[in-house]
Amino acid sequence: MASAVRVSPLGAAVDHRFVDEINAATVSDSRLEMCIQCGTCGGSCPSAADMEHTPRMLFAMARAGFRDDVLRSNTPWMCVSCYFCSVRCPQEIHIPDLMYAIKSIATREGVAPASTGAAFSHTFVDNIHRYGRSFEVGLVARHYLRHYPFRLPGIAPMGIGMVTKGRMGFVPHRIRGIAGLRAILARAGELETANSSQVGQA
Amino acid sequence: MSSYLYYPGCSLSGSARAYAESLAAILTPLGVELKEIDDWNCCGATEYLTLSPLRGYALIGRNLALAESQRNGTSTLVAPCSACYANLAKTDRFVRDSAVLREQLNGALAADGLQYTPGSITVRHLLEVLIEDVGLDEVRRHVTRPLHGLRVAPYLGCLVSRPDYDDRWSRHEQPRELDRLMAALGADVVDYPLRTACCGGHMTQISPNTGFELIRRLVDAADRREADLLVTVCPMCQMNIDAYQDEMNHHFRTDYHVPILFFTQLIGLAFGLEPRALGIGTEIVSAHRALGRIGIEVPAAEEVAVPAGPAGPAAREGRRAPRPQGLPMPHLDEDDR
Repeated sequence: MASAVRVSPLGAAVDHRFVDEINAATVSDSRLEMCIQCGTCGGSCPSAADMEHTPRMLFAMARAGFRDDVLRSNTPWMCVSCYFCSVRCPQEIHIPDLMYAIKSIATREGVAPASTGAAFSHTFVDNIHRYGRSFEVGLVARHYLRHYPFRLPGIAPMGIGMVTKGRMGFVPHRIRGIAGLRAILARAGELETANSSQVGQA
Repeated sequence: MSSYLYYPGCSLSGSARAYAESLAAILTPLGVELKEIDDWNCCGATEYLTLSPLRGYALIGRNLALAESQRNGTSTLVAPCSACYANLAKTDRFVRDSAVLREQLNGALAADGLQYTPGSITVRHLLEVLIEDVGLDEVRRHVTRPLHGLRVAPYLGCLVSRPDYDDRWSRHEQPRELDRLMAALGADVVDYPLRTACCGGHMTQISPNTGFELIRRLVDAADRREADLLVTVCPMCQMNIDAYQDEMNHHFRTDYHVPILFFTQLIGLAFGLEPRALGIGTEIVSAHRALGRIGIEVPAAEEVAVPAGPAGPAAREGRRAPRPQGLPMPHLDEDDR
């Protein structure tokens, strides 16, 4: 097991099981191994300018086993899930799903890059666990107070407009089957943990 | 009267209330009945998949399983929200394709006595149902107030024609279905090559400057083509372009005013329905002036006073307005339209 981790010529730790780990986290078939490094993904990406690595580079790094660099890259967090890359990719790689998988590993290990992306996802998901539905007011209020207080004066008129025009409900709706939903999510979490630990034993 | 299973999604009872109201108003004339899935849950947008893909699929899978168990003469599930549609359709496709995902998803659903048979539900976007099943001829038959003279930029957004693993749409990048629907309402359809460009999704929440640039491109392209308004099929696109247009203007020191309405609102107007019953007036960037141009009187816009002076990150730091990015956009030949 220890022999799988070496040091690359660049000094980064190399983990040759990383592709398997990403594939296990993707659950469906990611097709990451099929990448021919053509760069169509980065050329199609509307937010590539804000990425530390283009998707093509990120996939090269992943396949070379640069686990730490990939998990700390801001690239998956800048992905807007527009699927331009996905429909143009000649190898039909499931690129946004790869980005989700990489983000899930980075978040689990607490190495996600400084960004409010993971915090936003956590707040969103907390509401789902609580109510089974999204709760827009709770979501934006908590997120903005915690991470963007300086934006509040600028967006206050919009917020007031949303409320006065009846577009913000202050009472969350809780589904009847919330206990069942939580049981489903807990079981899925156990299966997911089992998937990732199987990679470690391979 | 054709009947469908219906998954409204969370936004339609909140920020996209106008979408729900206008949809409800046009269903009867079009002879469509939507049966809401009982006790559906949030699809998780991209947020649950980001933290935990398998739990994200299980969350979406619960809705598919409920739809399967509530089938009653129809197995078609209609979603008006593009993100919900993409999530439901993608999950159904992935469980058909992957034995591992199928087994694990059903393993999770079994914790609450549910299960989903891959392919037992056909997921379709509301726009596709109105165009393919109801048909443009039927839509035209109900038009009593054609939108002649209203310049409409058809903005489909990302998640309808992409990823589209089941090939339901004519094209991934420049589909014309929404153009054709707007033309059937009598609107002047603007050649809008950014029809499936991205609104930025949750970037306004996690990386505002990235989000502002994507909103700017869409609004600028509509403005350059002298569109009176954008029309959308997605609550997220509507929210970004409508609610964040002001903050984007502050960021770039620009002064765009491009309203964005749901396609169901424009259908309702063309059918001669009351603007107020269609949620007109709930938009932040008012459509009052645009609709007034073609003689549609809507309730006086309750513009919320914008405080004078700088706001937004750019102004706060006292730096110059950032330079817009982005490539020139293609002009599409008439033959291609």
